Amino acid sequence: MSSILFFEQLLNGIQFGTMLFLMSAGLTLIFGVMGLINLAHGSFYMIGAFSAALIASLTGSFWLALLASLSGAAIAGVLIEIFIIRRLYRRDHLDQVLATFALILLLSEGVRWCFGAFPLYLDIPENLNGTLPILDDIIYSKYRLFIIFMGLLIAAGLYILITKTRLGVRIRAGQNDRQMISALGIDISKLYTIVFALGASLAGLAGAMIGAIQSVEVGMGEPILILAFVVIVIGGIGSIKGALIGSILVGVTDTIGRIFLPEFLKVFMEPASATSVGSSIGSMLIYILMALILIIKPSGLFGKT
Amino acid sequence: MKKFTTTLAALMILGSTSSFADGHKVKVGMITTLSGGGSGLGIDVRDGFMLAVKGNKNISVITKDDQRKPDIAVQLADKMIQSDKVDVLTGIIWSNLAMAVVPATVNQGKFYLSPNAGPSKLAGKGCHKNYFNVAWQNDNLHEAAGGYANSAGFKNSFILAPNYPAGKDALTGYKRYFKGSLAGEIYTKLGQKDYAAEIAQIRASGADSVFFFLPGGMGIGFMKQFSQSAIKLPVVGPAFSFDQGILKAVGDAALGVKNTSQWSKDIVNDANKKFVKDFQSEYGRLPSLYASQGYDTGKLLISAMSKAKVKDKDKFRDALRKADFASTRGKFSFDKNHHPIQDIYVREVIKEGKILTNKIVSVGLKDHSNAYVSECKM
Repeated sequence: MSSILFFEQLLNGIQFGTMLFLMSAGLTLIFGVMGLINLAHGSFYMIGAFSAALIASLTGSFWLALLASLSGAAIAGVLIEIFIIRRLYRRDHLDQVLATFALILLLSEGVRWCFGAFPLYLDIPENLNGTLPILDDIIYSKYRLFIIFMGLLIAAGLYILITKTRLGVRIRAGQNDRQMISALGIDISKLYTIVFALGASLAGLAGAMIGAIQSVEVGMGEPILILAFVVIVIGGIGSIKGALIGSILVGVTDTIGRIFLPEFLKVFMEPASATSVGSSIGSMLIYILMALILIIKPSGLFGKT
Repeated sequence: MKKFTTTLAALMILGSTSSFADGHKVKVGMITTLSGGGSGLGIDVRDGFMLAVKGNKNISVITKDDQRKPDIAVQLADKMIQSDKVDVLTGIIWSNLAMAVVPATVNQGKFYLSPNAGPSKLAGKGCHKNYFNVAWQNDNLHEAAGGYANSAGFKNSFILAPNYPAGKDALTGYKRYFKGSLAGEIYTKLGQKDYAAEIAQIRASGADSVFFFLPGGMGIGFMKQFSQSAIKLPVVGPAFSFDQGILKAVGDAALGVKNTSQWSKDIVNDANKKFVKDFQSEYGRLPSLYASQGYDTGKLLISAMSKAKVKDKDKFRDALRKADFASTRGKFSFDKNHHPIQDIYVREVIKEGKILTNKIVSVGLKDHSNAYVSECKM
């Protein structure tokens, strides 16, 4: 097992992690500020990807498509927040889970109704196609480097937004004491709409970026949603920093685990069973990681106790 | 008044059962995947089947969506058998769903015609006289891929498939015919869409070719990422990742890839020509292999109905076994375990104008049956 291969897999893990971060940042913000469990977050990932595929097929421009994914998911987020989600803040978590689960079904069938059941085509731009040599022997996909770059850029942007701006102050205040900030005369319902739309647009962007190398199809968001929940539980619910660290941790563990565990088992098992046992355990690794972290820190790495 | 309506309703039910009792009519229950991921396959099978039976007044079809969930498929089958009183069940796409539904169905004396799933269990020890597979046994297309790899001169393949029964059948099938060595063998997670880690392994493995079985959306991701990775190895796979429904989504990354299929739009025979033309004018898109399987299933059913009444089970079964219909695949017959004997072709992805599609390059395996016939005691 060469160190080059290991380094390449590490990059793959980080790339997977930054993508998870885009999903989980919105999820954790929405939970932190509004106390809402939003199962329909994966649907914004799907809406973003479909908006991008639509615009890309009309204009042929990937960059316009990325813009469309952000705005498409944000518009859907605003509408859904105003007409549905707003009624759920005061309800208990079970009601929220039921209502947002219903939203998943509605949105999935809605998208299928508009675009059909067959996957859509979305490709990466020509100048990001191919690979780039980094260091001597390591070559890595340009597009995946671009995803890592975008993820880090958005993490930095969110950090500035939360710590340096007035909106960020309100968001933090909202996380700490919801009643107090509305008593101080801040339009809480507008703040909620903004936060929800922000979360939705980040998910939409992730959907478009990933849709370009995977597939744009109905139901694409749900597998990612489960991982995003694992991330925010590991990172501590409501913490953006936790979401970032948790995403990278989950991304790297999953990638490294599913490749190197079968290799490792081959040392003392026959190859065929090592492959199948290794890949089975490999897919459980992130849940094992989550269990271990929760034993040591029950409220997650950066959660409030 | 209320009493009158109930009596009327009862009479109507009686009337409807008695009209079925004349025996020329067949009630078909179709359970297939029509929503969520993978619904493209179910929709194609349904559309193909409905096209085949279109205008036939003796066939009535109840179609229900299994959502790709085994428990739902079982509930639907129970309801169709017990309250709808169907004679024939069909439609299931996924092997794990077929394993949940088929044994109970055929044991209750109903016929099951599989338009897609062909798990090895139902071909070998678990075969049944009322179960007919009109598509293929799961291993078939992969066996042809292994055979093609030999003739293309591949010596060292890297192979991968999802970690579930059909994925294992796939790699077994490939290895059964491939004579070279394996540079690596990976089972991926079912539903996985990002293959960066696997592609890095392929690059490091020193393989001279790649075989993969990743049906539906999984294959789209793999092909796109593989073509972006600048690895220039030849790829071979079964038709499931290169069918008409998903080629559009894979895009030019699929161009030139060899894949194996029992059907292709350019097989030359009258039945196929008619099927491709009718399918296009009915639904406005090109048919996939799934659609051809649904269509052949419908035609097989009609052929049996013209020979025997469905209530006369033994005669009807014999009529099915004869497979006396014009298949879109040309030559088609059933082996002893009720799975097809047919040619498996090697196809290549090409561009026709702006549309990506497949054309036949050669016949991979001629009159191919399956490896489980001898295990079937029937």
